Amino acid sequence: MDNVIRRRTLGARLARWAVYAVLVGMALFYLLPLVVMLLTSVKPLEEIRAGSLLALPQAPTLAPWVKAWSEACTGMRCEGVGGYFWNSFRIVIPAVAISTFLGALNGYALTKWRFRGADLIFALMLFGCFIPFQVVLLPMARTLGWLGLSNSTAGLVLVHVVFGIAFTTLFFRNFYVAIPNELVSAAKLDGAGFFRIFWRILLPVSAPIFVVSVIWQFTQIWNDFLFGVAFSAFETQPVTVALNNMVNTSTGVKEYNVDMAAAMIAALPTLVVYVLAGKYFVRGLTAGSVKG
Amino acid sequence: MSALEIRQVRKDFGATRVLKDVSLSIDSGEFLILVGPSGCGKSTLMNSIAGLEPVTSGQILIGEEDVTWCTPAERDIAMVFQSYALYPSMTVRQNIAFGLEMRKVPKAEREEAVDRVADLLQITPLLDRKPSQLSGGQRQRVAMGRALAREPKIYLFDEPLSNLDAKLRVEMRTEIKKLHLRLGTTIVYVTHDQIEAMTLADRIAVMRDGHIRQLGTPDEVYNDPADMFVAGFMGSPSMNFINATLEGDAGAYRLVIETPDAPRLTLPWPAHRDTSAMKEQIGRRVVLGLRPEHFSEEDIRLTDQAEGTLLTAPVTVSEPTGADILLRLPLGEGEVTARVGPKIKVKAGDRVDLRVDMSRAVLFMPDSEQRLA
Repeated sequence: MDNVIRRRTLGARLARWAVYAVLVGMALFYLLPLVVMLLTSVKPLEEIRAGSLLALPQAPTLAPWVKAWSEACTGMRCEGVGGYFWNSFRIVIPAVAISTFLGALNGYALTKWRFRGADLIFALMLFGCFIPFQVVLLPMARTLGWLGLSNSTAGLVLVHVVFGIAFTTLFFRNFYVAIPNELVSAAKLDGAGFFRIFWRILLPVSAPIFVVSVIWQFTQIWNDFLFGVAFSAFETQPVTVALNNMVNTSTGVKEYNVDMAAAMIAALPTLVVYVLAGKYFVRGLTAGSVKG
Repeated sequence: MSALEIRQVRKDFGATRVLKDVSLSIDSGEFLILVGPSGCGKSTLMNSIAGLEPVTSGQILIGEEDVTWCTPAERDIAMVFQSYALYPSMTVRQNIAFGLEMRKVPKAEREEAVDRVADLLQITPLLDRKPSQLSGGQRQRVAMGRALAREPKIYLFDEPLSNLDAKLRVEMRTEIKKLHLRLGTTIVYVTHDQIEAMTLADRIAVMRDGHIRQLGTPDEVYNDPADMFVAGFMGSPSMNFINATLEGDAGAYRLVIETPDAPRLTLPWPAHRDTSAMKEQIGRRVVLGLRPEHFSEEDIRLTDQAEGTLLTAPVTVSEPTGADILLRLPLGEGEVTARVGPKIKVKAGDRVDLRVDMSRAVLFMPDSEQRLA
């Protein structure tokens, strides 16, 4: 039961069914690429050549997935994307954790310990959300070189943290601005300091915005290609770069099923994160906008 | 010994001066109320005492010690906030104990303090709940409990009752008064509710535009207001201000009130309340201040007949409140409110005879709004 009073005429009902039909049609259309990828990834190569894109596999096989994971050639090497998959995690996990934590700390300082120029600093940080990645490639390469972090996982983590802070700060600032300042005043009078208040008072109520920040950062960093291709060595490439190398490897036959399986592997973690935490994502984004 | 002393405190927010050289001193165990309309600086003064905002100049002393540049934690103050500001992720027990925990009080002592406070405020059954599971009145109690647990030098209350419904507000008001009598704590209490101020305070500081306009006992502030602002702010319905002309001479002053479409009214000023300043105002306009209860229905005999002058006027509105009736009637250039007993049967348009008790009337200068007599 929903909470709306509707007209109960035949015309009104037909109109509603028409709306549902359009919505369902759109949803199917939107899902089509995923379906095609999934179907193709479990078909043998002969079936792909012979049949239509949407035909169900006659002899489903997981061999393309196995090949994509551990045997397919990515450029010169033929070890699959598996190793790069873990590379991505080695980059994403610290980068997400550090950028989210720093964003939370920034948001807290910008709202609860207001200092002269806080608004200006926040405006400048916001600006960081709009800087195109390409613009900073060269200066960033120089900086990483100077820091001795070129072609390393740590270097990529640093780049993603620096870029992520703008967004995470925005998220946390907007969340903390809705939390009453009196809470912080009370804690000050109780004798708690800057970090103690953050840790004991604000962090425990920040779960919704943490989810938002983590999902956002995870998706952004996992899907990054440009920084990955520019700042990683062969050993430290993220899965997106490996996928590109694999698809573009031009020796032998074009194995669409293996390509699709590799693409699915590369996309899976963000999909899983969103399915698991998507509910909280929406909740966190709208938190504070409506009371209660 | 003064528990709290404020010397010439000034506070600027950019170009606006919110506190203009405020000075006051509170004795140990005293209940001081800061009252005034919104924007008068009372909350800013409170935050300055708490150390939540630095002052621009001046000094704040707690127990004879200069704390002007001490952090809130170093001042040993507890505060009850309007929004209660309970820590949402902690239970009531943790909320109350938090201040003690921050001050590294051993666990056993903390538990003892929580039990003592919970017992005092009758919130023992709530100790393991989260603030979100409490009603407004219960949250209020917990907020007080948090302040009481630490036994600080001074308690600050920032409009603690304004989020409660009317009935609960009256109950909590009485309870706060009882607590103060029982514990003998020093309290600074901010409110914009003048009834709270009258009922709770040992002394009231009436503030406006960053100044303390009057500092005195509730009786002084109510019956002997320093200026028209204080007179009008304290009391509900508020004091009637009537333009009048001062005539006669020392010992026999009269106030003449012209009301359109009515005969002029002459009210004799009681001789024992003459002031020397009145002499210069003879023949000039003054403002007569009469509280609604200074009017009474004709059949009630006032003790001093000479001071109870008869007034006849048509009623424009009659507002029964249950305990008494408020009548609006034309007097001078505007209307006045009179509070009469509930038995009087009048409706709009009726003419009533009222006596005016001039022994409690006050006079103001019309321009400076300062007290004349």
